[in-house]
This record gives sequence, C-alpha cells and structure tokens, in this order.
Amino acid sequence: MNKRPPGDDVDNIIQLKQAEMASADWSNLLGHLAVKPDKRLYARLFSHFAPKVKAYIVRLGVALATAEELTQEVMLSVWRKAHMYHPEKAAASTWIFTLARNQSIDWMRKQKYPQYSLDEWSETASEPGQGEQKVLSDRIAAAIKLLPEKQAQVIYMSYFEGRSHGDIAGRLDIPLGSVKSRIRLASEKLKQIWGGDRYEH
Amino acid sequence: MNINHHLDDATLMSYSAGSLSQGMALVVASHLAFCSACRERAEMNDAVGGVLLESLDAETIEDDMLAAILAQIDEPLERRIVEPRQAIPSLSDPEIPVPLNEYVSGPLDQLEWKRIVPGVAYYDMPWQGRGVSRLLRIAPGKSMLTHTHNGNELTLVLRGSFSDEVGRFCRGDIADLDDQIEHQPLVDSDEDCICLIATDAPLRFTTLFGKLVQPMTGF
Ligand SMILES: [Zn+2]
Repeated sequence: MNKRPPGDDVDNIIQLKQAEMASADWSNLLGHLAVKPDKRLYARLFSHFAPKVKAYIVRLGVALATAEELTQEVMLSVWRKAHMYHPEKAAASTWIFTLARNQSIDWMRKQKYPQYSLDEWSETASEPGQGEQKVLSDRIAAAIKLLPEKQAQVIYMSYFEGRSHGDIAGRLDIPLGSVKSRIRLASEKLKQIWGGDRYEH
Repeated sequence: MNINHHLDDATLMSYSAGSLSQGMALVVASHLAFCSACRERAEMNDAVGGVLLESLDAETIEDDMLAAILAQIDEPLERRIVEPRQAIPSLSDPEIPVPLNEYVSGPLDQLEWKRIVPGVAYYDMPWQGRGVSRLLRIAPGKSMLTHTHNGNELTLVLRGSFSDEVGRFCRGDIADLDDQIEHQPLVDSDEDCICLIATDAPLRFTTLFGKLVQPMTGF
C-alpha cells in the first residue's frame, strides 16, 4: 500500500556524520531497515538510540543494571520488529519510544501495557500529512521548548517519571484539576502544530 | 462506528506517556481500537514521547551490548518473535475490543458475572491495582447512585446505552470524568448495558459499590 521506499540513497545516509543526523535521517535509516535487514545500518541506529533509551529507562526509576538489560531487550526488538515500521506513520524516535515505553512498563508492572493494535493503526492512519511525520517531530520539539514551565513540568513528570495525574497533584501540591488543565493547555498548543500542518496539504 | 464522546486530552497524553494505571490504560486502548479520531490524537502524543526521548542526554552503554545483540540476531529463525496479533485466536467475539480480548475468555454473555444486587453484576479484570478495573453490567431502567470520587473515572460502553447529565452514551462512547463531576447514569437501552470501567484513585470500592446501584423509583 503506502510502503513506499524512503527516497534518500542509503549510502548517503551512512556517510553522514552521526552528529549531523536530523530526526528525518534516522527515520529514513529505520525505513531502510524495515525493508531490508542490514546490520551496518542497525549499528548506526543503535549507537544513537541505545544511550537515549537507557537514559529514558533510568529516569523512570529503574536501577542501572536492570536498565542496561532492558535497553538491550528494547534495542533487540528494534531489530526484530523493524519490518513493522512505516516511516510515513511515525518518526523513528516515536516508534522506538513506544517500544521502550511498553517494554519498561511490562517489566515494572509485570503486566502488558494495554495497546491498541499497531496494525490497525497503520491501516487507518489519516492520509493528509503523510511523509511529514519526521518534519512534524522537529516542529513538536521546537514547540515543547516554548511551553510555559508549568506546562512543561507536568509533561516531563508524565513521560519521564511515569506519574499519574493524582500523583503529580500530590507532588506539586495542586488540585487534580490543575494538573489536567495544564496538560490540556500544552496539548492544545501541540495539536495546533500537529493538526494545522496536516490540513495544509 | 458513530462515536460522540471521546477521551480527554489529559487522559490521552498520560496514556502515551505510559503513566496511566493498568485499568485506565485498558479502557483507553479499547476506545482507541474503536475510534480513529482519538487514534490520530494518540499518534501526536506518541510523537511527543519520541521528541522527549530524542532530547535526553545519552547514558553510557556497556561496550559489549551491540555485540550481544548481533549475536542474538544470528540465532536460528524459530526463535524470532511471533507477533501477538497473529497469535490471538480469530474466534474472538467482535463485540469485545481487541485490547480487552486478552483478559476475557469468550463472549460477554458467557463470563462469570458476579451479581451485586438484582440487575447489577460485575466481572473483575485479573489484576490488583490502585484503582478499579472491571466490566459492569446493568439492567435496563437501573441507575447508579450519584457518586463522587477522588480521581479520574473512565467508562467505555460496549453494549446498550446510558444517559446522564452530560448526554447519551452508546457503544464506543467514553465518559472521561474527573472529580469535578457528579453524575447519575441511567441505563436507557432495552438490553443490559455493559461497560468497561476504571478509576485511578484508591477508592474504598467495596463500600462504594455496595450502595452504588438502586432501582429507579420514578422520581
Ligand atoms: Zn474517540
């Protein structure tokens, strides 16, 4: 269907210096892996993402030794599930984030984090904005930096510390409703960037 | 599916962040299985996670991790992961959203419902958490007593319908409420209303539940 091969030439990607790689390049690279297993490409992806995946897991409160093990499992599943990745549906960082999140939670709770079907997701994802996911990610990144501190704080506490609304309310000593309205305000701004861009197409 | 009631932005973001309780996440994932509008919003929230992942300073990784992974990759093919979706038997009941499939064994009518009072029964999800996570089955014309709670409460309709101060809720609709709202849902369908519910606060649920439901007396 829309498993359109990434446009960029794979050798060009390999020649790019690690530091120069933008979000779009990583998505293209993972897109190549999705079509054809390639250990050389995987090694590049690994050296960029494994240290970040570990940082994420450590921030969730997992002990270092376990975080190392979990990182290995997540990065192994990046290889094994690469064929399920669609560059037009999500940036590489997004896709790897969901793998890291799910596997960390599964480990911490000894319960599988309930997920809606990824297959279904890719079949029904909206048509507008296709191919723009990686660009959108860069714009979302810029927008997050511009969020007021109070809104950024609740987002960090949600994503990095895995705290529920009630938990955040207790920590910050503010009402539950305030936590939710801060998240809603942030979400509203991000949605404008996300949706606004899509509907221009 | 024609869905009129959707997830709150704050709930969706916490779902993507991985910070919802097991029960709440199950209700959210089940609504997402029904609702493409909320799925699209979930994609954005996942992208926020990706951006935040990318923003983190690198942690040191043991030198041999990549080699260990490459060695595992070379193991025989039969050890490769079979995706869960293919493993799930296709005889699942279409009334049950895919994420719920793993936790209920067979059609809703054949579950071992536990009766609380006449016309009201429940089926607990197989885990213990801070909050409540269960299927609730309520007969036509029955109502839940007005109640308040300390946290969030999610109710996803799987069969039948109910109405409350907010509106009418049918299959696929979700009531995403916080402690600001007091409500009194009344089942207004001809058949039983079956909902998947979850709360995230440590409710004293047995006591609450004991007085949760009463027959409508017509006032
Ligand atoms: Zn929805």
